Amino acid sequence: MNSSAAIAPVGETVVIEKPVLGSIIDRLWRDGYTVVGPTLAESAIVIDQVRAIDDLPIGWTDDQEAGTYRLRRRDDRAYFGYAVGPHSWKQFLFPPKTTLYSIEFRADSMTVKPNVDPVPSYAFLGVRSCDLHAIEIQDRVFLHGPYVDRQYQARREKALIVAVHCAVAASTCFCESTGTGPRAVRGFDLALTELESEFLVEIATPRGAAICDGIKSRPAAGSDLGAAARIVDKTRNSMKRSLNLNGLPDILYQNLEHPRWDQVAERCLSCTNCTMVCPTCFCHALEDVPSLDGASSEKIRQWDSCFNPDHAHMAGGNNRPDIRSRYRQWLTHKLASWVDQYGVSGCVGCGRCVTWCPVGIDITEEAAAIRGDQP
Amino acid sequence: MTTTQSTSPGPRTVQGADLPEDDPFLPRPAYVSEIRGETPGITTYRIEFADPDRAACYAYEPGQFNMLWMPGIGEVPISIASAPDEGPGILHTIRATGRVTNAMTSLKPKSPIGLRGPYGRGWPLKQAEGRDVLVVSGGLGLAPLRPVVLALLANRERYGKVILMHGARTPKDLLYDYEYESWSARGIETLITVDRGDAAWRGRVGVVPVLFNRVTIDPKRTLMMTCGPEVLMRFAVAEAIAREIPAGSIYYSLERNMHCAIGLCGHCQLGPDFVCKDGPVFDHSQTARFFSREHF
Ligand SMILES: Cc1cc2nc3c(=O)[nH]c(=O)nc-3n(C[C@H](O)[C@H](O)[C@H](O)COP(=O)(O)OP(=O)(O)OC[C@H]3O[C@@H](n4cnc5c(N)ncnc54)[C@H](O)[C@@H]3O)c2cc1C
Ligand code: SF4
Ligand code: SF4
Ligand code: FES
Repeated sequence: MNSSAAIAPVGETVVIEKPVLGSIIDRLWRDGYTVVGPTLAESAIVIDQVRAIDDLPIGWTDDQEAGTYRLRRRDDRAYFGYAVGPHSWKQFLFPPKTTLYSIEFRADSMTVKPNVDPVPSYAFLGVRSCDLHAIEIQDRVFLHGPYVDRQYQARREKALIVAVHCAVAASTCFCESTGTGPRAVRGFDLALTELESEFLVEIATPRGAAICDGIKSRPAAGSDLGAAARIVDKTRNSMKRSLNLNGLPDILYQNLEHPRWDQVAERCLSCTNCTMVCPTCFCHALEDVPSLDGASSEKIRQWDSCFNPDHAHMAGGNNRPDIRSRYRQWLTHKLASWVDQYGVSGCVGCGRCVTWCPVGIDITEEAAAIRGDQP
Repeated sequence: MTTTQSTSPGPRTVQGADLPEDDPFLPRPAYVSEIRGETPGITTYRIEFADPDRAACYAYEPGQFNMLWMPGIGEVPISIASAPDEGPGILHTIRATGRVTNAMTSLKPKSPIGLRGPYGRGWPLKQAEGRDVLVVSGGLGLAPLRPVVLALLANRERYGKVILMHGARTPKDLLYDYEYESWSARGIETLITVDRGDAAWRGRVGVVPVLFNRVTIDPKRTLMMTCGPEVLMRFAVAEAIAREIPAGSIYYSLERNMHCAIGLCGHCQLGPDFVCKDGPVFDHSQTARFFSREHF
């Protein structure tokens, strides 16, 4: 472990042999992190615990298209030779279901007990640029408004992030057009580029440097940096889809009664898949779950979706009673009102909603159809 | 998923006084101290904090609302219906209409209830100073406007002409009808109407927007505040615009499904705005594009 002596300073770029990533993973676990990253499940690459380097989907890739996802063997042993799967990091920072607090009550009193369960320290391994942007967006939602979400904050502050610059894009990726990839530019502790038999490692923070301390490495040469840049450029140029964000909020607001909403409503099943896989969607429901003895109740927070009929329920009637109005909410929120609310688009071009839509509705196509001939 | 360390002190029991100040989701222990039946299906509850320190630092503005937590059932947004000097506690006027609000009808004096708030942006009382004020409400819409009426009365000299137009379905549904006489005696022109009269009713019959024909409005001086069913607000806004009151002088309080009231859960969105934190009171110049747009 201590073969190369110097402590890697912040801002340094080094090169490690691929198996050395295993030592980094060991080191993270030893330092108390729960390492999560891409793993091979039955039919997709999902984010789960990575105990050792062999837990990564080495030698696998994914073929993605609107409405389809298939795993395939690569003809090499690339560690990160695939794009994003159905999971995103939001399920660790903003879990699908948590308890916020519980309350005990009697005929004449009540006691509020905040949930003080310990929060895990996660190390996220293999975070792509689109997902770094998504985390930054959820930070704006949960940390930078008038009210701070304490559970999100606790998880977020502890998380260590190892990014990977993308060496392949799926056909559903369009981060180049949304300015959110494929090269990770900020928001990570370490960033990896997968070269042929080595990783280029950018050390961005003291926490990242601490993890690399004593790891067997060599300084990066100009040729390594050139090779890494070419890999990302190739990915950039291979993207098949694009989303033109220019002026899009106004175009959408001006077309709230466009016939396209009726057309997409005929295909959309209102299944909520797009909002569940989207790394930026933050809607959640707060529900009370009373105990059997009726003396206490837990407040549960669960992911919700604007495609759920109850999302806009009001005692006097539903505000969005049909699929047309729900799809319109989703698309106008992502691409128009998000900009008003958070200063950036709510879409980071990851393509998940395109792949995981059971009927293959494509956000880039829908936005383009409403844009029409407008430049 | 696993949790890695277990150095936590374990669940902590707190009685309200020492709840973490900064967790915005936590309701504060409170209790019902007085119950008054209003109109059929509508009840006013006086609610007081269990912790006197919390009561002492609780301050709000007319038009803001609280989240009330009914033990074991759920939480609902309810407007504050009282003026600050009507303490102790806060008055909430509530219609029993669904799961949570129906359960509230079982509340008795001393029953515990959770309260967090106040939330949202209230009515433009400051901007209204020196101007004529038109208050237009229907049914329960008078509840969030009652503190406005009381504030206008408390500083009557700061405002020009003040007109209240209020309507309900039947005379029995007229909310706070025991107060109208005093309001008009203290300088508010109070016009009341019902959709359907009964044998004893001597007042006006007809919908609220028709009352606009009964008053003279100087559009340059007038600021309107309206709350009620969305159709009523739509007509009130149309009448105001027809009389050339500028959109920026037209204010309404909007309702949307709410879970968190703190801008995090996403339920209350209306285009760019979160009704819970950017509203519930909006001015029409801000929201015209989305106001009463069907199914938005
Ligand atoms: C800012 C604001 C102020 C309000 N002030 C008052 C008031 O002063 N008095 C009063 O009686 N009512 C008021 N309401 C309406 C009141 O919140 C609903 O009647 C209540 O939430 C219905 O809940 P329920 O469980 O009884 O009904 P259900 O139909 O069973 O509703 C289930 C859930 O849906 C949500 N929901 C349903 N209707 C509404 C609604 N209209 N607005 C927001 N969320 C809703 C709530 O989360 C509710 O728990 C106000 C609403 C808002 C948004
Ligand atoms: S809208 Fe679709 S493509 Fe955009 S960030 Fe969400 S899931 Fe990814
Ligand atoms: S409203 Fe819909 S699109 Fe917007 S965050 Fe919520 S679930 Fe996502
Ligand atoms: S009620 Fe949750 S965001 Fe407004």
